[in-house]
Amino acid sequence: MAHQQIKFYQTGTFTVGNRLLDQQLRTVQATADRSNSLDSGHRACQGCGEALGARFAIDAAMRATDNQLIATNATGCLEVFTTPSPESAWRIPWIHSLFGNAASVATGVAAAMRVKGRSEVRVIAQGGDGGTTDIGFGCLSGMFERNDDVLYICYDNQAYMNTGVQRSSATPGAARTATTQPIGDQPGADFGQGKNVPLIAMAHDIPYVATASVHDLHDLEAKIIKAMALHGSRYVQIFVPCPLGWGAHPQDTIKIARMAVECGLYPLFEAEHGEITNATKIRSRVDVTEYLKIQRRFAHVFKNPDQLAKIQAIADANIQRFELLSTVGNGQ
Amino acid sequence: MKTPFAITLDVGSSLLNKTGSWRNERPVYLDRLPPCNHACPAGENIQQWLYYAEEGDYNRAWQEIMRNNPLPAIMGRACYHPCESSCNRAQLDSAINIHAVERFLGDQAIREGWRIEITQAATGKKALVVGAGPSGLAAAYHLALAGHQVTIHEAGPLAGGMMRFGIPKYRLPRDIVEAEIQRILDLGVDMQLNTRVNDIPAVMNEGGYDACFVAIGAHLAKRVNIPTPDAGRILDAVSVLRGMETDAEPPRLGRRVVVYGGGNTAVDVARTAKRLGADEAVIVYRRTREQMPAHDFEIDEALEEGVVVNWLRTITAADEESFTIEKMELDDDGWPQPTGEFETIKADTLVLALGQNVDTSILENLPGVTIDRSGVVEVGPDMMTGYRGVFAGGDMVPAERTITVAVGHGKKAARHIDAYLRGKTYTAPPKHELAGFDLLNSWYYSDAEQTVQPMLDEIRRQTTFEEVLGGLDETNALFEARRCLSCGNCFECDNCYGVCPDNAITKLGPGKRFEFKYDYCKGCGLCVAECPCGAIKMIAEEI
Repeated sequence: MAHQQIKFYQTGTFTVGNRLLDQQLRTVQATADRSNSLDSGHRACQGCGEALGARFAIDAAMRATDNQLIATNATGCLEVFTTPSPESAWRIPWIHSLFGNAASVATGVAAAMRVKGRSEVRVIAQGGDGGTTDIGFGCLSGMFERNDDVLYICYDNQAYMNTGVQRSSATPGAARTATTQPIGDQPGADFGQGKNVPLIAMAHDIPYVATASVHDLHDLEAKIIKAMALHGSRYVQIFVPCPLGWGAHPQDTIKIARMAVECGLYPLFEAEHGEITNATKIRSRVDVTEYLKIQRRFAHVFKNPDQLAKIQAIADANIQRFELLSTVGNGQ
Repeated sequence: MKTPFAITLDVGSSLLNKTGSWRNERPVYLDRLPPCNHACPAGENIQQWLYYAEEGDYNRAWQEIMRNNPLPAIMGRACYHPCESSCNRAQLDSAINIHAVERFLGDQAIREGWRIEITQAATGKKALVVGAGPSGLAAAYHLALAGHQVTIHEAGPLAGGMMRFGIPKYRLPRDIVEAEIQRILDLGVDMQLNTRVNDIPAVMNEGGYDACFVAIGAHLAKRVNIPTPDAGRILDAVSVLRGMETDAEPPRLGRRVVVYGGGNTAVDVARTAKRLGADEAVIVYRRTREQMPAHDFEIDEALEEGVVVNWLRTITAADEESFTIEKMELDDDGWPQPTGEFETIKADTLVLALGQNVDTSILENLPGVTIDRSGVVEVGPDMMTGYRGVFAGGDMVPAERTITVAVGHGKKAARHIDAYLRGKTYTAPPKHELAGFDLLNSWYYSDAEQTVQPMLDEIRRQTTFEEVLGGLDETNALFEARRCLSCGNCFECDNCYGVCPDNAITKLGPGKRFEFKYDYCKGCGLCVAECPCGAIKMIAEEI
């Protein structure tokens, strides 16, 4: 377990805070003085998972580094909705250059800080899945290969949302996007293509790789804090549902994330130097339909039993591969 | 305009951008009515006292109970806890063991000698309470707290009413009853035992009382006509249970006892008979187990102790040493009909437990008072009888006959009497909307099964009057309190504050809850969806 699981204090550690718990066992988000690195007034859609995930992650990193943090940002929703120049929702030193070079810019910032002798200043690079898995992938892989002292955070909403929901190499099979329409025998995105960047990052033998989800804040924060305690290249990928691109109700953002993890489609794990060290267990397993049925992008799947079976098979395989079920019973 | 290189506009924060204008629905915090509170006949704020108990602040939890119910140690034992039957947690795993926590708090108060202080100034008004049962005691307590001078007139030799003369010791130990009554008397309530009131206006006049609350209960046993050569072998349940308290020797019931009836009183008598040494204690009831008005757990406990129940039987006649019993069968409407098939049962005593009537003679001569056809006294919504200044409650008015209802009547009547004495009228505050299970996000609650109370072993249950059900200790009472879902009432889990993608919620600090920043809230509704306890709702914006 990445963090200490409190078995029972009314809500255990499932809620953001818990008045019955010691302060240090509550999340960063539960504190009145959290840094709110990504502040109000940003232009993200209602219920935006990415805005939520970014504040969760950067606030945790700010806490972990005693506010000595610089972030670089790839082009994408996160850049556009936070910073229509000259206005910004960021309350940290933050730089945007190009779509594909966030990792390289971060490498440069880290080098500059080293040269200036500012070893306490830490660097984060961040972007969406498009800027990470496709366009910025060369820069990212280079950063891993050099083991530069940067944490790269990918906010994974499984398509190019900023430009109008086009498929990326993180789009799952069967999902409808603007470029993978639900038509023909195999509607939506193809199966068997795309990249699993966390596993690719592990292949670079970097110190730390983790996946997280906006629905499990304790787990997410523990992974960011752990990543900031390490040096060298680190990669954290956070699952952030997109109500607009996925055709979901804004109030369901966290529920979708929860269902994605609880059905096994989005395994949460940690790896150090290429070896998986921990997987977050499923608390109460659900069928993939529970996840799919609350998103319009998968509506056609319910008329297509083949696709549904394929998606369930992916979830089942993940559960096997990452050992997502608790050995004792099916509960926590 | 002086701006940095390559910048044509002044830099600024996104806070200038009031995204609240995007919204067409707004979230609002609210308190909803938890189903336990909704079901409590005494009107306890159960969710609230569990909230204090969760924090380990047992004194404050007890004080919260005492705002509505002066008898928590008694109620935690003898109440049939409709709160638990309606508890939302039952749909998750099992209901909160509310009565066990209440009993723990009540016992803790007795152990620690916790007291309630009168904070209201003395009004100089005098109130007469007739009857020292749960209803009269509750009314006296609330009237004393309101600053009135209260005197109770009780016809019997001991206070407590049905808590003493109806509920056997093995369910409600007498030291508990005495301690909780004494705490009420310590508020300055004057108790006159062995004082029967026959003429209310005369007593009020003589004592200078400004108002009267009558709660004499229902203790006249209903009879049926069973032809018998020896009437001495047929007793009634009320006298048997009363005799257990007042007589020097327990009633002689013999070796084989038959109890006729299907209510809690019938079960109590059968279990008492078993404890007094009867080899056979048989309950005869004319309908089926499902239709028995006695509570399930009481029937179960009786069966465990060796009580036998004959369902679908009536008693038609008696001879020297046996009773004739007729088999019944249910008709299509579920009513028992005689079959003409008879059997006999040998028994020394028959105890009738067929319900009780009210001795209404005390009110019959008061002008304006109406006794309805079932023999109970009619009261208005303010608990006042047709005679101005005389209020009534408990078993003698139309309602379910439980001590919790009686305590609720006492409180309600006291509020109206207080208003009456001050020349005002009391209006109850409007009730919040109900917090149903569908409004909760139960994913957040930890898995935790109900804590089980210890039970006395069966041999001692068959031979002694020791208390059957044990209490919780501090550790498991705390655990049990923390199982509460806090339905409809914020318990400061910080979820709304954490899950808002727009940082549009201010955390106000412990005990002060949260506030929306409507300048920035886009109305996505995530806070409502992720609130575990249903304490936020969306309402339409006026556009």
